[in-house]
Amino acid sequence: MEGDDEGTFVVATGYDATYANGDVGDDPRLPPTPRLGKAAVGGGGDLMDVEAYAALYTGRTKVARLLFIGEWCGNEGVQLEAFRLAHDEIKKGEDSHLYREVMTKIGDRLGPRYAFDQVWADAVDRRAEVRKEKLENELNIYKTNLIKESIRMGFNDLADFFYAHGQLGDAFKNYVRTRDYCTTSKHIIHMCLNVILVSIELSQFMHVSNYVSKAEQTPEQLDPVTHSKLRCAAGLAHLETKKYKLAARKFLETGHELGNNYTDVIAPQDVAIYGGLCALASFDRTELKNKVIDNINFRNFLELVPEVRELINDFYASRYASCLEYLENLKPNLLLDIHLHDHVETLYTEIRHKAIIQYTIPFISVDLHTMAGAFKTNVAGLEKELEALITDNQIQARIDSHNKILYARHADQRNATFQRVLQTGVEFERDVRAMLLKESKAPRRRSPSHIHAKGQRKTWDHDPTVAEAAAICHRTSVWAVQRRLPWAAHVKLGARSRESQQGQRLVERERERAEVNINESYESAPSPRRCSLPALTPWWNRGGP
Amino acid sequence: MESVEAVVAHIQGLSGSQEEVAHLHSLLKQSEDALRSQAARLGAFLHQLDPSVHSLGYLFLLEAYSSDPVCREQDGDFLLSILEFINSCSAEQIRLAPEKFISVCKSFKDKVMQLQVPIQGIVPLRTAIRKLQASSEQLTTLHSDYLLLCLLAKCYKAGLSILDDDIFEVDQPRDLFLYCYYGGMVNIGLKRYRKAWECLHNVITAPMATLNAIAVEAYKKYILVSIILNGQVPSFPKYTSSTAQRNLKSHTQPYIDLANCYATGTFSELEGCIQTNLEKFQADSNLGLVKQVLSSLYKGNIQRLTQTYLTLSLQDIANAAQLKTPREAEMHVLQMIQDGEIFATINQKDGMVSFHEDPEQYKTCGMIEHIDSSIQRLMALSKKLGSLDEHMSCDPAYLTRIGKERPRFDFDEFDSVPHKFL
Repeated sequence: MEGDDEGTFVVATGYDATYANGDVGDDPRLPPTPRLGKAAVGGGGDLMDVEAYAALYTGRTKVARLLFIGEWCGNEGVQLEAFRLAHDEIKKGEDSHLYREVMTKIGDRLGPRYAFDQVWADAVDRRAEVRKEKLENELNIYKTNLIKESIRMGFNDLADFFYAHGQLGDAFKNYVRTRDYCTTSKHIIHMCLNVILVSIELSQFMHVSNYVSKAEQTPEQLDPVTHSKLRCAAGLAHLETKKYKLAARKFLETGHELGNNYTDVIAPQDVAIYGGLCALASFDRTELKNKVIDNINFRNFLELVPEVRELINDFYASRYASCLEYLENLKPNLLLDIHLHDHVETLYTEIRHKAIIQYTIPFISVDLHTMAGAFKTNVAGLEKELEALITDNQIQARIDSHNKILYARHADQRNATFQRVLQTGVEFERDVRAMLLKESKAPRRRSPSHIHAKGQRKTWDHDPTVAEAAAICHRTSVWAVQRRLPWAAHVKLGARSRESQQGQRLVERERERAEVNINESYESAPSPRRCSLPALTPWWNRGGP
Repeated sequence: MESVEAVVAHIQGLSGSQEEVAHLHSLLKQSEDALRSQAARLGAFLHQLDPSVHSLGYLFLLEAYSSDPVCREQDGDFLLSILEFINSCSAEQIRLAPEKFISVCKSFKDKVMQLQVPIQGIVPLRTAIRKLQASSEQLTTLHSDYLLLCLLAKCYKAGLSILDDDIFEVDQPRDLFLYCYYGGMVNIGLKRYRKAWECLHNVITAPMATLNAIAVEAYKKYILVSIILNGQVPSFPKYTSSTAQRNLKSHTQPYIDLANCYATGTFSELEGCIQTNLEKFQADSNLGLVKQVLSSLYKGNIQRLTQTYLTLSLQDIANAAQLKTPREAEMHVLQMIQDGEIFATINQKDGMVSFHEDPEQYKTCGMIEHIDSSIQRLMALSKKLGSLDEHMSCDPAYLTRIGKERPRFDFDEFDSVPHKFL
């Protein structure tokens, strides 16, 4: 890892190294010692500065993220550090419930300064009781007075109160209730942002995408900050539903105006990481170049996390070893991210597969030893990965396991076409035969002698093959038009290779051959068949689908 | 009440022209009961008639005679006389009373089976089928009996001769079920799994109002054959009757389990599943097929390797296909090469197998002929389908039914050419 050589302390995340407690002198290669103020995560000098990380966020998400780190890091020092920070943050707020929860997790591990503060908790509870009553009374007065704006404010205050006290369900309900009293689009956007905020914390991402689209539908022009906030929220929603490509697009569209305006949900660094990883996993090369690397707007975000920028550039420049190394270094920290945690593995496999596929594309043959070196793995492991990708039809190649060479396999379009045509013919024949066999009762069931056999008649009458046969007849008519299998062949061929010039030529050649065939075989029968040939100009020659 | 002598006299007198035979037919129908009541005496009268000339009368007498269990038991010549009749009777005359002819043939089949010489019944029954059918497209009740005899005698090739006919006319649904079921079994016996699959597929997708035992048995075999053929069981096509879709699976649970185990691809699990359900498979006498399912797992695994590798050591093949030793792997690969399932060469010196591409280049005369013949066949089929469609769209019963469901004539619906064939 690069950072080690320079003795730098915080490398992995790139959440700029704020050495809050001035421990810079520590040698990271020493086994991490659990202490307050600074803590280490993972092994081998891979460190995470919890405090610097926490400083990026405000509000409840800070607590939530800290608790998440505490739960998943598996290192007591970091855990206590996270809980301590969470404790400090909660004390600033009014959520006594969350306070109790954290205190049971801390126990007495943090010494007397962090013992359970019963007085504070009771005081908060009492104040909350009083305030809730007051707000509800006020709301009732507003309701009787029927002033829309006041009612909206009343609901909003109540919801804010619930949110501060951690009753997210109630907060959500009250925020949604303000909707009926919104008079301007500003109000609507305000309402939507509030709902989105609560929903993200509740992990109700359906609501998030719903309210994002509601906010975007407001007639007024959104200011850039709100616009960026909505993009982030939508991105998160897509990320959670595993639609990585859409998520990447949303994050990439986020404007740099976001700055530190949305830290109660997401930090700008996160935008870079989420967006970068999703883009790597789901975009192809051109898209990566156009939308990520050449995207001036997104570059601002990437500057915040140089590792992600570097790894994207490495990926694009095919320096896979260094790219994968960056990814590996990032991994322990990403696993501690509240939103990314569930998706790290999937995204990483996707990225790795993409890298392997990209590596093999330009070559006719690849030496597995060299390739394994490029991917920092051994030959056997690489062989397994390649095998999986080939079976998945993501790489068109075959492995020479004896000489450890991967050979590209260029599918013979002509043979493949013949195979497919024959296959289609066989299937068609089978279907039609089965259908005719079943339909064979059709004329009989309506003959008078069978009418009285009621049970039987019912059976055949409900025969759905009637409809199916009608559908097949259309197919047949298409076949009748094409009439000759070679025709069907290049129609299919065209569909497959309409983008490649080579395919086009192949189609032309094949068609000429077919034409000759047809003319020869129908020489004796001067039929309308030949006349109908010009009409058979395939659609791709008529100018696009 | 006419005496048998009078009937015989009628038969002898009225077996000339077509009108005479028709008249005779009505006379015989009237005296059917009389014949039956004196069945025991009829044996002697049969000798007075010539089966090739007096086919219709002979048929009536024979039918009445064979319906009496006592004389069937006693008369050793019974089989011979039926045999002679089937071989020499006139097709035109017997088609006037097909149900009588079928009944005679059935008692012949029963007799043959009772004597445990099914092989003796094969040729006569085939003659009988050919005489009874008006065209080769017609399915008669005798088809299934014939196939049954073929199965019992293990003369599967003989069964093919009628299985290769295209059947488009069916009288009784039961005939169709049995014909397809036995047909599937004959094809399984010949290891023509694709054909067998088609036959069994026809059974389970045939319209049925209530579930029947034939369909259940066919579905069991269908599952096994599907696995051997494709490695998976396809779901029911949408034209399958809802009865079959709802009930078949619940009657064939061990087989469904087997298919699920197969899908996991692990050998030990599949073997365990077979062991637990061994008795059921044995009771259904499907154990042989089940064993073939097991070996097809190896084949599937090896086949998959050919897509991924150019060369692979026998040891690696053994590992990938979950075989125990490289030697065993070699035998499997060899067998598959022999059967034309894969294209490969084995280098015994260093234990490597090189896989090749399909050498078929679609350039040979044979291939072109093959393609041409399938085109011709498809065209014929299309024509048939077209005429059927035309016939159906003119059918008043169909139109009234459709009319009820779809009151307006909607042009758009006739525009949808399925894209599959575009």
